[in-house]
Amino acid sequence: MLKLENINLYYDGIHALKDVSLEVPEGKVISLIGSNGAGKTSTLRTISGLSKPKSGKITFKDQDLLKVAPEKLVNMGIVQVPEGRRVFAPMSVYENLELGAYLRKDKDGIEKDLQRVFKRFPRLDERRKQMAGTLSGGEQQMLAMGRALMSGPKVLLLDEPSMGLAPILVREIFDIISELNQLGITILLVEQNAKMALSIADYAYVLETGKIVLEGKGEDLAESDEIQKAYLGG
Amino acid sequence: MKNALLFYGVYNRKGVSMDIFIQQVINGLSLGSIYALIALGYTMVYGIIKLINFAHGEIYMIGAYIGFFAITSMGLGFIPALIIAMIGCAILGMAIEKIAYKPLRKSTRIAVLITAIGVSLFLQYTTVFFLRPEPRIFPKILTDGRFNIFGLKAYITYQQLTIFIVTILLVVLLQYIVHFTKTGKAMRAVAFDKDAATLMGINTNNIISITFAIGSALAGAAGVMVGVYYSAINPLMGIMPGLKAFVAAVLGGIGIIPGAFTGGMIMGVIEAMVSGYGNSLYRDAVAFLILIIILIFKPTGLFGKSEREKV
Ligand SMILES: Nc1ncnc2c1ncn2[C@@H]1O[C@H](COP(=O)(O)OP(=O)(O)OP(=O)(O)O)[C@@H](O)[C@H]1O
Ligand SMILES: [Mg+2]
Repeated sequence: MLKLENINLYYDGIHALKDVSLEVPEGKVISLIGSNGAGKTSTLRTISGLSKPKSGKITFKDQDLLKVAPEKLVNMGIVQVPEGRRVFAPMSVYENLELGAYLRKDKDGIEKDLQRVFKRFPRLDERRKQMAGTLSGGEQQMLAMGRALMSGPKVLLLDEPSMGLAPILVREIFDIISELNQLGITILLVEQNAKMALSIADYAYVLETGKIVLEGKGEDLAESDEIQKAYLGG
Repeated sequence: MKNALLFYGVYNRKGVSMDIFIQQVINGLSLGSIYALIALGYTMVYGIIKLINFAHGEIYMIGAYIGFFAITSMGLGFIPALIIAMIGCAILGMAIEKIAYKPLRKSTRIAVLITAIGVSLFLQYTTVFFLRPEPRIFPKILTDGRFNIFGLKAYITYQQLTIFIVTILLVVLLQYIVHFTKTGKAMRAVAFDKDAATLMGINTNNIISITFAIGSALAGAAGVMVGVYYSAINPLMGIMPGLKAFVAAVLGGIGIIPGAFTGGMIMGVIEAMVSGYGNSLYRDAVAFLILIIILIFKPTGLFGKSEREKV
């Protein structure tokens, strides 16, 4: 459904993505793992149109994404939960969720999704009026995901959703990701937490200094020596 | 008897000083309304693209001219002239943003700042060229007259009352837009985090454009009201109020809308007090003294939290 072919991205001379190719088939969970500075965030930024690659191709259902304005991608169902949550801190939880539905006009659908988000994340319901910036890290992650769900995503790009969370919350976040996938949302998951990311992935890619160095089925990669050594401390 | 006289004298002196004080507050609030309206534009534009739009004072000046021609050439009344000036300035503000600032979105801040000063000079001298440098006398369109306040020897004129009411209405409208409309929410989102706003499907360029339009419309309203209040306008009239409104925005905390309003009112009252009690020659100097004091003691301004910068 979503396909990257030979993407090359530069930041003022730094070659951040080197011939990156990957594929995200409909209905699957695809994980992209790698250590700090590997280029995971850059990959997602490129898909979302926030960074412009020098060369390469990105297609979504055969449509050339590099020709689409970044803010229009949401309409097509490509929605990102960025690294570090990036909630709108000086705005309320409710307003953050409303902004998720910014492009939608179907009032009833929005209301229904809002109720669904509140049901899935009761903590957000209790804190509707609270400023997003005063939420805890875990709550902010839930808000960021809830906000993304309000856009009605077909593909959800998640950038390190487990970052900085306590193990129990990490579990919960991953459960939610699986749940969303079962609801039919395709997932591209970026993680440093390789173990968790591989455990729920149908297929995974490993990124190292801007290059895809390894790819395979989630369970196969989890067992491979390279991964064991580099990411799983085995 | 002697005591009674003494008492009367004290009372009387107190009464007189009270009259003057109240009168200066009234004068200060009407002047402050003008500063507040201009300061709002500075603060909104700064909030959204971190630019001190030095051409903002000139938008206010052009607003005054649009109002002047709407009244003299088209024979319109105060409210229609005000609305036309606001629309004209909104278009001008959007055009300036598109032509001068947008191409520099990724440039250094100093480059944009210099451009803003260039735009400011350009507007001043184009106006001088086409509309002559000498002042024009704004026609009297609001009836003369004044109300007495609480039986004191202090008065509020119809002009002052009009300025005050229009300002309050515009500020309430602005707060409504910013807090309760979809566009306003998008403005706050873009001001806080452009990339995250883009990820919500917000067209940040459009929102920046709308912000310039609203800020400029407020400056245009201020321009027309100053014409009505002081009756003379000229192509360089935007310089001083522009600078003072900038100080007002910094005083309230740049980027913070209620701060700009309060800052403007405080600046107006201080200036009226300095003129009323001291020497009106000092009133411009006082504005900059205030700027220096804030920058030393509370650079984030009255409403600013000490650490609000994002990553
Ligand atoms: N805006 C930028 N300007 C210059 N260099 C950048 C920029 N953004 C990222 N880089 C560089 O590109 C490389 C890849 O960064 P990226 O953020 O994609 O890594 P990452 O895999 O997401 O890392 P992390 O796990 O720490 O989030 C890094 O070397 C980084 O320093
Ligand atoms: Mg990253």
